[in-house]
Amino acid sequence: MSLTRLLAVARKEVIQILRDPRSLMIVVIMPVTLMLLFGYGVNLDLKGLPIYVYDRDGSQQSQDLLKRFQASEYFHVARVVNGYPAIARALDDGHAKMGIVIPWDFSLRLRDGGPVQVQALVDATDDNTANVLTGYAQAVVQGYSSEIQLNWLRERGLSLQPAAMSIETRTWYNEDLESSAFIVPGVLALVMSVIGAFLTSLTIAREWERGSMEQLISTPVSAMEIMLGKLAPYFALGMFDVIVCAAIAIYWFQVPFRGSYLTLLVSSALFLVVVLSLGFFISVIAKSQFAASQIALLVTFLPAFLLSGFLFPIEQMPVVLQWFTRILPVRYYVALLKQIFLKGTPTAMLYVDLIPLAVFALLLTLLATRTFHKRLE
Amino acid sequence: MFGRLKQMLIKEFIQVFRDKRTRFLLFGPPIIQMLVFGYAATFDIHHVPTAVLDMDHSQESRELTSRFTSSPYFDVQRQLTDSRQIRDLIDRGKVTVGLEIDAGFAQKLRKGETAPLQVIVDATNSNTALIASSYIAQIALGFARDYQQDRIYRIAPQMVEAIPSVELEQRPWYNPGLSSRWFFIPGIIGSLTLVLVITLTAFAVVREREIGTLEQIMVTPIRPAEFILGKTLPFFLIGLFDVSLIAAVGTLWFQVPFRGNILVLLAGSILFLLCMLGVGLLISTVSSTQQQAMVTAFFFIMPSVSFSGFGFPISTMPQWMQYFSYAIPLRYFLVVLRGTYLKGVGMEILWPQMAAMAGMAISLLTIAIFRFHKALD
Repeated sequence: MSLTRLLAVARKEVIQILRDPRSLMIVVIMPVTLMLLFGYGVNLDLKGLPIYVYDRDGSQQSQDLLKRFQASEYFHVARVVNGYPAIARALDDGHAKMGIVIPWDFSLRLRDGGPVQVQALVDATDDNTANVLTGYAQAVVQGYSSEIQLNWLRERGLSLQPAAMSIETRTWYNEDLESSAFIVPGVLALVMSVIGAFLTSLTIAREWERGSMEQLISTPVSAMEIMLGKLAPYFALGMFDVIVCAAIAIYWFQVPFRGSYLTLLVSSALFLVVVLSLGFFISVIAKSQFAASQIALLVTFLPAFLLSGFLFPIEQMPVVLQWFTRILPVRYYVALLKQIFLKGTPTAMLYVDLIPLAVFALLLTLLATRTFHKRLE
Repeated sequence: MFGRLKQMLIKEFIQVFRDKRTRFLLFGPPIIQMLVFGYAATFDIHHVPTAVLDMDHSQESRELTSRFTSSPYFDVQRQLTDSRQIRDLIDRGKVTVGLEIDAGFAQKLRKGETAPLQVIVDATNSNTALIASSYIAQIALGFARDYQQDRIYRIAPQMVEAIPSVELEQRPWYNPGLSSRWFFIPGIIGSLTLVLVITLTAFAVVREREIGTLEQIMVTPIRPAEFILGKTLPFFLIGLFDVSLIAAVGTLWFQVPFRGNILVLLAGSILFLLCMLGVGLLISTVSSTQQQAMVTAFFFIMPSVSFSGFGFPISTMPQWMQYFSYAIPLRYFLVVLRGTYLKGVGMEILWPQMAAMAGMAISLLTIAIFRFHKALD
């Protein structure tokens, strides 16, 4: 192993990267774009959802109830209609998420006593929105019902204290419940996967495809030198992106950073080694750039997006899938990121995630080197 | 003309299906991704690990606790005795929700004062935290309502039948089981098709340019229009086949109902595929290497998936993002997919989406062909 040759390979790679400004630009623009997309676009905090109301009663009481819906910040009474077809159509074409129907005998039955039902027709295509929406509607109706009952008893000379409960929620680690705070650290893992595996596997697959790899091999450069020399510039780019991403997260999105910078850099470096080796390995086994890109997508980007706990909680997946996530390095990296950014867990307690990541880094480097050697023979 | 086109098509099909690996990559990853997505992508929460600290030890507090114990959404794992334990459990990630009922809870309820329920949520995943909070609120509200009914029964048992009350009758349309899977699976069909068709098309043309065979083709008598048609038609057919394949997995494996007209879905898929072919061709005209093509495609794919309403409602995004989403073909295709799958609506509702996609397909393809001519000159 000679440092001169290694540096020569690295220099060649750097020149090649610099020659293609677009690929270089992506290295800078990608973290920013992904950060903005996910930081702003991923939000389940629903407010002002459009609803239609159909008041078949038209009495003082029914209007009182509807006023409560209007006053709620969660609903936006888009239209008052007179008929079911209008509601059905609005739910069909998505102009309304919910239709409230007050029965024609609403005030009559309130006067006579006994329960009266108000209908909520909900567009449940998006189950989550539907759930949250009915929850809010339930609260509005119950508040109204409770008041009606207290008034009714008072009129009959009975006084009753309302049963009032308040829910004081404290959301830890992410006090304002900002989705950007939980999503943005995870974007780092996504960026690393793309830079590491995508870009690397494509550049190296290109050398195979064009035959320039054979030329490189015929020189005195050893396999190890080729691999390290090729990966070193991408490692530098990846670390640069870690810093860019962390800066955007902390200064633009104001995500709290409670851990240590050193731990962040160490775990990011480990994860980079993982994805770079993986990218190298893919490029060796894939014969074409198309195959390399599709395999890279399947084994790095997809797990980072879906199975890492970055967006969808791992605990809620089927058990088999939960076990499967244990063999995905990205899972440990995302866990580390969240703990470093939001929880500020002391570094000594992070070994549960750091050790698996280090093991994966070692294993994948070995795997990549071995397959590369084999391919050369 | 048809003779030349036929030859071109034969060449393309041979090229695509020649390699065993490429053959697999055309159909394997979409199915794998569909399966992984179908199982992993969910915002449903079940059995959220919960700890309860009951400092009141009253009948009321026990009743409230038991409502959480019997709820499928929460899994009450521990009964605590000290509020410091909650902090520790949440820090170590053992529980996600901590419920604290302070001493004096029952007394306050009886007096008609507001009785607080303290809730501590680990908000490192803000979406889970939001959904869990919404369920907690529903359970607590239910408890307060029943408590009030009980009290009325005690002070005026003869009036219970007569007292008015208002209830909300929920009717979740289209997705009565409120299943996350029903929401995600139609969307996955759209996003997988998008990724596959764009990368295939962009790669196919750029590859010929990169290895220099494009020049060779251009010196043959083939016309640019025939070349473009010959290049895109195979991918159009493969795309259509993949849509059907993924849709079949979604319907047969995941049992998502298909309620609409299959022809409407087919029409929507064709329009969407044309848009994607246009985008793929456009990318190929601005890229000279496959790596550039991949990078450019990626910059189109990521915003498409995140802005389109695939996972998160468009209405919660910032205004500028909402305007931007109108420029994304996937947004319209998702409405068609969910409309035909879950809502069972037809052209009378979906025509605006169809028109938007048709308009986009025409303009994208025109620009692509125009640019392609220029690139060849």
